[in-house]
Amino acid sequence: MLRKILLAAGVAALSMSSAVSAQTVRIADVAELSGAGAAAGSVWHDGVVMGYDEVNAAGGILGQQVELQAYDSQTDPQNSRAMVQKAIDEGTYILMGTVYSSSTIVNMLVAQQNGMPQFTGSESPTITAQGNPYIFRTAFGAQKGLPKIGSYLADDLDVSKIAVVWANTEFGKGGYNAFLNVAEANGIEIVADIPTEQAQVDFAADVSQVASSGAEAVFVYLTEEESARFLLEADKQGLDMPLAGDTVLVSQKVIDLAGEAANGAFGHVGLSANAPIPAIAEVSARFEARFGYAPDHNALKGYIGAWTVKYVTEMVGELDREAFAETMHGLCLDAATYPGVLMDVCWDESGEISRASFLVEVVDGGQVITRTLPAN
Amino acid sequence: MSEFIQIIVSGLSAGSIYALAAVGFTLLWQASQTINFAQGEFVMLPAFFVLGAMGLGAPMWLAIAVALGLSVLLLGAAFKKLIVEPMLPHGTLPLIIATIALGLLMKESVKEFYSAQGQPFPPIFPTEVVRVFGAAISVADIMNLAVSFAAILTLQLFLQRTRTGRCMQATAQNRGVAEILGVNVKRMVMYTFLINAALAAIASILITPIYLAKFSNGETLGLVAFIAAIVGGFNQIRGALVGGLLIGVIDNLSAFYVSSEYRAAAPLILLIVIIMVRPQGIMGTSEGRTV
Repeated sequence: MLRKILLAAGVAALSMSSAVSAQTVRIADVAELSGAGAAAGSVWHDGVVMGYDEVNAAGGILGQQVELQAYDSQTDPQNSRAMVQKAIDEGTYILMGTVYSSSTIVNMLVAQQNGMPQFTGSESPTITAQGNPYIFRTAFGAQKGLPKIGSYLADDLDVSKIAVVWANTEFGKGGYNAFLNVAEANGIEIVADIPTEQAQVDFAADVSQVASSGAEAVFVYLTEEESARFLLEADKQGLDMPLAGDTVLVSQKVIDLAGEAANGAFGHVGLSANAPIPAIAEVSARFEARFGYAPDHNALKGYIGAWTVKYVTEMVGELDREAFAETMHGLCLDAATYPGVLMDVCWDESGEISRASFLVEVVDGGQVITRTLPAN
Repeated sequence: MSEFIQIIVSGLSAGSIYALAAVGFTLLWQASQTINFAQGEFVMLPAFFVLGAMGLGAPMWLAIAVALGLSVLLLGAAFKKLIVEPMLPHGTLPLIIATIALGLLMKESVKEFYSAQGQPFPPIFPTEVVRVFGAAISVADIMNLAVSFAAILTLQLFLQRTRTGRCMQATAQNRGVAEILGVNVKRMVMYTFLINAALAAIASILITPIYLAKFSNGETLGLVAFIAAIVGGFNQIRGALVGGLLIGVIDNLSAFYVSSEYRAAAPLILLIVIIMVRPQGIMGTSEGRTV
């Protein structure tokens, strides 16, 4: 009798559990919630959280609520790989993250082997050059953004000699190689080539090297906290030359960390909370009200990624990963029909993104958009 | 030439802050044979005390005073009473492991209860530059150097010119004899821990405006300070000063003239050379121990 009762209870519990899972879509966000990349990963994660909360408020995906699960990569590529495997084993439908290219280049192989569509915030050109049909960016690869800043340096600022300070990581190497091509194409000579370490804290020697190189400007391609430390040190040493970057250098996170030292820095950004686009302004205001700080490009990337998952799944009509990935290739979403993507956006066959972008300068502790550039 | 001057001054500035942490290593070693592997976290934490106090509305000067007070209380007195005293009778090794555990606890606590992200820290000195022989010397670097030197000089004068200081030295040299001579050994050891905490707090407040306040800062600072203490001489305060300055300068010179990619290797190469050539450190003296 007891065995029968236990069996019945077990069957009832199982059926309840499957009923619950039938009403939810499990989605994993593997992000840099601690370690050197926390400044990027935790902001991305907040954007993902807000995106899926709003998706749920709008009825969820195919009428099912999203159950978001966070996994901390600790900014460690091997750990990120393990977390991606864990997320897949635990039944995620789609994978969000990671942001650091050094991690993504490692963990995307696991996602690919499992046929798992993955939305990344990484910007290294190598990410979409691997022929992985399941990887999709939420922001430009550096190879798309840097030609815009290269033209600006050569044509508008008349820079002919430049110093390059870059992170010796997957992210940094990708941007650095892309910038070498851009510099050559624009006739800019690189007079100081300064690789730096991940999580480097002391930039005194690097700034001195830039100052003594004879460069007319410096191009900084570092991650958030390192960018802020470089700007602080440049300000401390009175480095008197244009400070250019791509996305990170002029991001809100870096401005918050570097304070007044960020003033005057300029760069190209794929996404900006200060973009002259009402939908972005509204999302930014909601984000700031909810999390107590201004969002940067990483928050917007995460938010857009969340809504894209909803739109594309509903186009497919079922939770089918293969069909999802196939639909993403060559897809364009216009912001008027799909407001969650905030700006008109397209993905090509490699998962690379195409979208309008902005030139930004930091003035009085805030981003000022100086030019809107068309999608390329 | 101007770059060289600039690099040397920047190196001395960073090195003087490393020296403050390194002096802490030597003080604790001399007073109680304690190697504090949480020393890096001791330098990391006071910056968060400052931010916490400022978050409650305190002005910068008051926040620094609060941080100094809390550091002396928690990283000095509480550390001595709650960790060192119970562990020391079991030998040096358990104490070392306890300090490693303490360091991890402090790091993870800051990450959990404050933030895993780097936090901006207000500059305490003007961000201006003065020109010396064509070199752009930061006022902040000069002030860091001045404050660190003043702290170490004050400590030296205190140890040599005051009765309490001499009692502390006697305790460090021979605990048993000092006790026979009427020195309150326990109190002297406690003073050493309080001084170490104060030095760590000063180092924290000086270095964080550029490093940003982050839970993981102690990893780098602790390692560098430990190397500086060994290079200079683990049983000499002057040695820790020399070691700190040397590491700071070599670190900057190698980053400038070789590459930032290999800068972390330079202090370690110096450490290996010193251990091979002069194991007692540049300023240290040989000590014989019965085994």
